[in-house]
Amino acid sequence: MNAGLTPGCTDADVSVIGGGLVGLAVALGLQDHGRQVAVIDEGDIALRASRGNFGLVWVQGKGDSCPDYARLTRQSARQWRRFADGLTDATGIDIQLSQVGGLYICLTEEELQQRQQMLSSMRDALGGDYPFEVLDHSALKARVREIGPTVAGATWGPEDGHVNPLFLLRAMVERFLKRGGQLLTCGPVSRITPVNGGFEVLAGDHRIGCSKVVLAAGLGNKALAPQVGLFAPLEPNRGQVLIAERVRHFLDYPTGHVRQTAEGTIQCGDSKEDVGFDCGTTTDVLAAIAARAVRMFPLLAQVRLVRSWGALRVMTPDGYPIYQQSEQYPGAYLVTCHSGVTLAAAHAGPIATWIENGQQPDEFSLETFHGQRFSV
Amino acid sequence: MASDSAFKRLPANPADAVEIWVEGQAVTARAGDSVAAAVLAAGLGPTRTTPVSGSPRAPYCMMGVCFECLMEIDGQPNTQGCMILVTDGMKVSFQRGARDIPECSA
Ligand SMILES: Cc1cc2nc3c(=O)[nH]c(=O)nc-3n(C[C@H](O)[C@H](O)[C@H](O)COP(=O)(O)OP(=O)(O)OC[C@H]3O[C@@H](n4cnc5c(N)ncnc54)[C@H](O)[C@@H]3O)c2cc1C
Ligand code: FES
Repeated sequence: MNAGLTPGCTDADVSVIGGGLVGLAVALGLQDHGRQVAVIDEGDIALRASRGNFGLVWVQGKGDSCPDYARLTRQSARQWRRFADGLTDATGIDIQLSQVGGLYICLTEEELQQRQQMLSSMRDALGGDYPFEVLDHSALKARVREIGPTVAGATWGPEDGHVNPLFLLRAMVERFLKRGGQLLTCGPVSRITPVNGGFEVLAGDHRIGCSKVVLAAGLGNKALAPQVGLFAPLEPNRGQVLIAERVRHFLDYPTGHVRQTAEGTIQCGDSKEDVGFDCGTTTDVLAAIAARAVRMFPLLAQVRLVRSWGALRVMTPDGYPIYQQSEQYPGAYLVTCHSGVTLAAAHAGPIATWIENGQQPDEFSLETFHGQRFSV
Repeated sequence: MASDSAFKRLPANPADAVEIWVEGQAVTARAGDSVAAAVLAAGLGPTRTTPVSGSPRAPYCMMGVCFECLMEIDGQPNTQGCMILVTDGMKVSFQRGARDIPECSA
């Protein structure tokens, strides 16, 4: 009997648990391999970093203590244009990818020096292949006329970019559905049961039978992983974001703290707070974000804020992703990371390929991202 | 540009008349009107053009969520007309594209 025809049951080759940027990217990649994929998502009340992030496709400084992470990030950045074009071709949605380089603005000379040291040591660790430039105040002003007079300088990464994260999520969902993917929002997955070399996933009253299951449920992975012999030591890390009104275009490059969207909206933020499962906002943090933004770009003092929010990053103890297949229950995979925008192209590419057929990526070692590193 | 507006006032609730200036034109509103309501009642608009395509827009939700009613009110650009009440002598012009921000002299 075909379970797909039974009410309350679905059959798929692969179940992906979590319909955020990570789950959808993996799902799209598996569809490239011709798989029938079901994405199961908890719904609106869940904690969802994919709806609250800053939209950077960011390279510079990522992986300062882990060259494989730097390689993974750069590979993803290189594959991003093709990934974005694929989404736009399939859906007509322009996700506003721009990869014209990015600035990490340093307010003080010390900050700039530390940053330069960090990037130089990354370049050494990567055998000299790590492009960046250090811009003093006047070199920075030549790129961004509106830069504040007290800003020391910036580091420049030619591989950095940004995207509209909400259009991205929407385009990914549409493309997934257009290719026959099933998006199930029938309640959180409560149980994953290994059966006959495959899995049965219980979401609300709904059962999904599949031969592989991918845990991509963000912070929800923590509770799900042990059911298939995996370990996901994830903690929330809050970021607060400020949105200002749309104004004339003045900022050509994304920065780590302020970016201007294609429509002219200003997005500010980069706070990192350890406050548990609280995605609220606080005046002191928002004030600090605003003050820093105004110091970077004094003209922002005249611009009005229209909204703010907090969202929770999905953090491992060392900040790097976990990509792992369960040894106890082969066919169950854990995929989780804190930079789901940047890594979306890699998740749809080499990570999905590895889940599909076990092929190891060329550019970085998957071993580095094994969850075993946390259980020594 | 005034035309016969589809927005009709209820005969009840008489309120004091307030004169505002919309795109240089005198408009009689009622105390308690929002700027957006006064402009619509006068049959004026579109009240903004979008920053992306330049397409024309007018107040829509009348409750502060859609941002379609952006106008320049008493010199302040990008102001939500539905969230501001008319005052006598108020100067209103329409918002064209993205707001400009002057560079600071600092
Ligand atoms: C403030 C902030 C700024 C950020 N800026 C950037 C940036 O500039 N660039 C970048 O690359 N990254 C950025 N990130 C990180 C990025 O947003 C996340 O890495 C990414 O969204 C994580 O996606 P995810 O799919 O793992 O998680 P989520 O978006 O949290 O999605 C997980 C999904 O799983 C579902 N789920 C959970 N439990 C269950 C369950 N039991 N059953 C079924 N479904 C379940 C939820 O409904 C949810 O939709 C930022 C994050 C924050 C918070
Ligand atoms: S009409 Fe919608 S915000 Fe004013």
